[in-house]
Amino acid sequence: MATKTIRVDYLTRVEGEGALDLEISEGRVTAAQLRIFEPPRFFEALLRGRGYTETPDIVARICGICPIAYQMSAVHAIENAFGVKVEGQLRALRRLIYCGEWIESHALHVIMLHAPDFLGFPDAIQMAREHGDLVRGGLAMKKAGNELMRVLGGREVHPVNVKVGGFYRAPSRAELAPVAESLARAHEIAVGLARRVSAFSFPQFERDYEFVALRHPHEYPFNEGRLVSNRDIDIEIADYETEFEERQVAHSTALHSMLKRRGAYLVGPLARYALNFDRLPASVQTLAHECGLGTVCRNPFKSIIVRALEIVYACEEALRLIGAYEPPALAAVPVTPRAATGFGCTEAPRGFCWHRYEFDAEGTIRTVRIVPPTSQNQPSIEADLAALATTILDQPEQFIRDRCEQAIRNHDPCISCATHFLALSMRRT
Amino acid sequence: MSARTRPRLAVWKFASCDGCQLSLLDCEDEFLTLAGAVQITNFPEASSAVEAGPYDLSLVEGSITTAHDAERIRAVREQSKHLITIGACATAGGIQALRNFADINDFIAAVYASPEYITTLATSTPISAHVPVDLELRGCPINKAQLIEVIAAYLAGRKPAIGAHSVCIECKQRGCVCVMVQGVPCLGPVTHAGCGAICPAYRRGCYGCYGPMESPNTAALAREWQALGATPRDLQRVFRSFNAAAKPFSTESAAHGD
Repeated sequence: MATKTIRVDYLTRVEGEGALDLEISEGRVTAAQLRIFEPPRFFEALLRGRGYTETPDIVARICGICPIAYQMSAVHAIENAFGVKVEGQLRALRRLIYCGEWIESHALHVIMLHAPDFLGFPDAIQMAREHGDLVRGGLAMKKAGNELMRVLGGREVHPVNVKVGGFYRAPSRAELAPVAESLARAHEIAVGLARRVSAFSFPQFERDYEFVALRHPHEYPFNEGRLVSNRDIDIEIADYETEFEERQVAHSTALHSMLKRRGAYLVGPLARYALNFDRLPASVQTLAHECGLGTVCRNPFKSIIVRALEIVYACEEALRLIGAYEPPALAAVPVTPRAATGFGCTEAPRGFCWHRYEFDAEGTIRTVRIVPPTSQNQPSIEADLAALATTILDQPEQFIRDRCEQAIRNHDPCISCATHFLALSMRRT
Repeated sequence: MSARTRPRLAVWKFASCDGCQLSLLDCEDEFLTLAGAVQITNFPEASSAVEAGPYDLSLVEGSITTAHDAERIRAVREQSKHLITIGACATAGGIQALRNFADINDFIAAVYASPEYITTLATSTPISAHVPVDLELRGCPINKAQLIEVIAAYLAGRKPAIGAHSVCIECKQRGCVCVMVQGVPCLGPVTHAGCGAICPAYRRGCYGCYGPMESPNTAALAREWQALGATPRDLQRVFRSFNAAAKPFSTESAAHGD
């Protein structure tokens, strides 16, 4: 039997530019490639020589969908380098703005990018004609997340208020009160959404992933914790480079991140959920069981349920933080630069985002390395595609193509983020 | 309006972070109304239903950084009656235009282990360096209210109400206390309006993400910054960020340095 290639030249409903190639030979999938052709922007190069105070503003521009993830990993890494601790209400405000990003990003993905696959529409606009309540509810949740970003950050995309040491200005309780009302409504919508998406029809497909995520002693993770896996990883974030490495491949302008000892691994909602189920409040655990999930979910198509549950969690957590909020005396703690290297790792909506910065005595960047979630997931996405395509080879080509595109969307890849990152570490010996 | 008479809208992406096209989806209250007023015929980030041109209105995000993209923008222009660039990348080259001030081979070697797989141009350039542009909307990111305004103006056949004055005017309108008089250096006096003076409202100086206003006196502002303690390196950095390749900012940045 001849070799056949199935190709999707421009992936839709993903953030950024990518394509898909499947090679089938002798009735077997011989290659599955997520091709990333988004032009590189060289952030790790252009950051050299820049100051620490402008770094949160610059790294935000890596991704318009998850700028807070880049700002948070950066400020934590910089504070780690300079020996600064940000605690109390300032720490709580950082958690709060991250809730906003999870809500807006997950709502965008669940309703506008992913749900149309399950309900058979090319986009949310056409889906709205038959499922108007679902789309309007999704937009209302997204708006609540964006409102939180706007009040705390100044604007939704590339917020201006995040600063090394804290914030430029801390909000008043009065500013947060109307946001709490929107979040309470969003919470109600999200609970209904989780139940609704759990009733979608899911392909019977599971994979034995190695999940990797942050884990914190008490909290479902945003900004802090150790990196752990469901196998034997349990390390400080500073030790990331001892277990993980990035490799460059010809078909992608994004680096592929691998576990040195085992290869592909998965980050994102499925990993956070499996490794931190016991850190979710009882209300969300109960809802998860009502939605038919156990404490681990290995079916990537069901990531839509886990994202909906994380919206519920982020709304609950945001409401808790707002309820306990007292404006701090100072919006930021003092920061004095020094020659040092610092590490930061936080949970972006689509998985953890790891940063390392090396500074000179004045706080100017000498070298930087940034590992975004999508370059970590790219090998697992390709493994999903190979495994999935093998089970549907007897189907019409259009079906295979659509199902494979859906399988890529399962992991909410952010291609704009992933591109540009290749490793300074590979240059070193 | 029937599908036949609704203008055909296309959204295109070049080198960018996706934030400006996301602003279209962030128009939560207006999004479905907008989707009813136009036919969205090419918006791959939001829809799998992609139709061939020609298009009545193209929104273009991102800058030109590869030979392939330089070809692609010409094809987009040929198929588009009206072309609007959205954001600092498309309008001024974006943060990735910092390569214009450096050696591209050094940039590639700093990031990629196998440079031969990477094809890129030595510069990042705005869309207007390649094809005629009907309107440029500034900002990193754009303001979604301004995006709605330019689309609404297009649909109504009128000129959009987008001011070319400085952030200072918006700062006064917002009722902020000037941060410069409190000793905080600010780019507001030379920066194009449109954001609504967000940074001063958050007690920090403007960092110029909307690019230069129409007649900026950057040299005078640089002297004010120096009086507040800014070093030549600080000045070079602040003029060399998200709109580094915009002429008034690139000229001013070249006047300072280590």
